[in-house]
Amino acid sequence: MINTILWVIAYLVLAPVIGGLLAGIDRVITARMQGRFGPPVLQPFYDVLKLTEKEAITVNKVQDFYVLCFFIFVVITGCFFFAGGDLLLVIFALTLASVFLIIAAFSSNSPYAQIGAERELLQMMAYEPMVLMTAVGFYMFTGSFRVSDILSFGTMPFLYMIGIFIGFLFILTIKFRKSPFDLSMSHHAHQELVKGLTTEFSGTTLALIEVAHWYENIFLLGFIFLFFANGTAIGTVLGLAVCLATYFLEVLIDNSFARMKWQFALKSSWIIAITVGFINLVVLRFMP
Amino acid sequence: MSYVTKSPWVIHYDGSSCNGCDIEVLACLTPMYDVERFGIINTGNPKHADVFLITGAVNEQNKGVVKQIYEQMPEPKVVVAIGICATSGGIFKECYNILGGTDTVIPVDVYVPGCAARPEAIIDGVVKGLGVLAEKRETMIAKIKIKEEA
Ligand code: SF4
Repeated sequence: MINTILWVIAYLVLAPVIGGLLAGIDRVITARMQGRFGPPVLQPFYDVLKLTEKEAITVNKVQDFYVLCFFIFVVITGCFFFAGGDLLLVIFALTLASVFLIIAAFSSNSPYAQIGAERELLQMMAYEPMVLMTAVGFYMFTGSFRVSDILSFGTMPFLYMIGIFIGFLFILTIKFRKSPFDLSMSHHAHQELVKGLTTEFSGTTLALIEVAHWYENIFLLGFIFLFFANGTAIGTVLGLAVCLATYFLEVLIDNSFARMKWQFALKSSWIIAITVGFINLVVLRFMP
Repeated sequence: MSYVTKSPWVIHYDGSSCNGCDIEVLACLTPMYDVERFGIINTGNPKHADVFLITGAVNEQNKGVVKQIYEQMPEPKVVVAIGICATSGGIFKECYNILGGTDTVIPVDVYVPGCAARPEAIIDGVVKGLGVLAEKRETMIAKIKIKEEA
């Protein structure tokens, strides 16, 4: 019990710190890949702190409330996960969080924000099947949806769930909001429609969305870790190394692909889910 | 310490510039000058912006747009007029539809003259604007305090 509480507190405190640092490193690496020097590593923190210093302008009050709900549910999602809770519950809480963000964008009545919200919905449709399959895969392999049981399961799930791992990696690009799938809210291309979702948010509200994104990233990397956890030190080290490698890979993909249309995002992620993900599930089913 | 100076996000609007100054503004973002070193990001959204870079003179048709962009920016904010056109109207001053420099429509904090203003001068202007930004933040805090006390 104490252990669980410690993990949750560690997540609450450390996730924004590590998430922000990763975002800063991301920006530096991105700049270097583009032949630039890049901002300081702490730049994401400066950005968020600056946003909190700005005047609050909102189209309507309810919008801030929805964004706050989004933030809270993203944090709760991570808490469930790091407390060793049920994977299904984690996924439903995450979906609820995304829904709040979409409602927040819709509630502003701005055409740009609405396009952003619609695109976010499409992205959800694209990644949701694969996320569910990942949870089901873990269940079929370990016989439990609980993160704590999966962690203490003796063998490393990665080797048996490699197809699901690939599928999850694919949709991670959507969740991390990286090119080619950063349709609704990109970290680059500030002048374009892809900044749509955040059009009507400013100041502290925008800062909340950014911090929520950090929380979310850390929680998603936790998912990656789960593939390698087997209770031993080697598994832990390997898991953490793969988490970092995954993040670097996403930055690399971000910098080497153009943005795709939503049709491609939807089709490709469903095809990946149906092929590698589903076949992997079938294999797990018939495994002795 | 105020963080507004550490992460100034700019919005760039072309009044009726000949495009010379605009190209120089965008040149600041290239690997050669790389203003992201100072945390400067070129946003396309006045609601996210702290610094308003305006190039070219303001004309009858776009004065409303300029005003609106200015009003949509949350405080604290600064306006940097880039190029001699944005400063005073420049060679377009006598044209029938030109109102003059940016300051005929909105208050300007920093003027960066030049035709076209060089990227170095633009970066200098923005950095000067950061000082103004910090000051405005101070007055903003003071105002909030007075309000709370009242
Ligand atoms: S100052 Fe010169 S370069 Fe700049 S917009 Fe005016 S005419 Fe063009």
